[in-house]
Amino acid sequence: MTAKDRWLDGEAGPVVRPYTLTRGRTRPRGDSLDLIVVLEATGVPERRRARLGPEHRRLLALCRRPITFADLASEVDLPIGVVRVLVDDLRDENLVRALKPTPAGDAPDELVLRKLLHGLRAL
Amino acid sequence: MDYAHSDRGAGAVMDRPVTAKILIAGGFGVGKTTMVGAISEIRPLRTEEVLTDRSVGVDDTAGVDAKATTTVAMDFGRITLEDNLILYLFGTPGQQRFWFMWDELAVGAVGAVVLADVRRLADCFPAVDYFEDRGTPFIVAVNRFDGAEHKAAEDVRIALDLDDHVPLVMCDVRHRESAKRVLITMVEHVLGAAPAR
Repeated sequence: MTAKDRWLDGEAGPVVRPYTLTRGRTRPRGDSLDLIVVLEATGVPERRRARLGPEHRRLLALCRRPITFADLASEVDLPIGVVRVLVDDLRDENLVRALKPTPAGDAPDELVLRKLLHGLRAL
Repeated sequence: MDYAHSDRGAGAVMDRPVTAKILIAGGFGVGKTTMVGAISEIRPLRTEEVLTDRSVGVDDTAGVDAKATTTVAMDFGRITLEDNLILYLFGTPGQQRFWFMWDELAVGAVGAVVLADVRRLADCFPAVDYFEDRGTPFIVAVNRFDGAEHKAAEDVRIALDLDDHVPLVMCDVRHRESAKRVLITMVEHVLGAAPAR
């Protein structure tokens, strides 16, 4: 067993540091995605020079069905900030789009609140 | 079904969920994780915390660059309701150094539940102040712990210097029905349908 092998076990955590996946970027370029924003793949073919990594592809595959940003981050088990940067790449490439959670983009409207109340009471 | 809006205004909206979020705030160990677990499907979610000088003395940051980050787990739960409506619960740590998370989470939230423990009421002051300042609708839910002294709701309201319009409820968040009641009170409050107390 080499010295290298000894350090790279499951306990040591991921072998690749999270921000290696984002090529050192820690801030998304565009508008900051809300955790409950719904993302979906656009179905646009990928450009040949898009430079997508395996994590990009995994995220893109998960976006084939509409999924919230929080669920996406939870699914791939990467920190929110990392997923945000990667999703931003996919949006830049027009491979994923963000749907606004509510018409105003901020607090939920009364219709959503009433549905929420009704849904909670029915639980 | 015209409330799922796309930024492109395109296509079928049938399987696009409509989402809402409620924040669960309060001091350390007050029952945030318990509440999220009692009422929702709890899921792993990690975020990053920037270790700044505020952490010195709390965490051992010796030998770490000034801008180091560490990942922290968030309480995160999902409740799927009818009509493809999904409610997300986010439990946020009560300490001031986690407020950067609140700033992001509070945008677009239905509102917040501030969990309080009568034995340590002061622990929820920062959360109450935060949501008051921000204008985020909130309610206070007093989590009754076994063996904790019984306090009248009115005494808690006075101790917290809570406005009359802010609902205050007693709860036991280990129980699903109680946690559900808290969330219903929260939404009723936002809709303006809830009685003041």
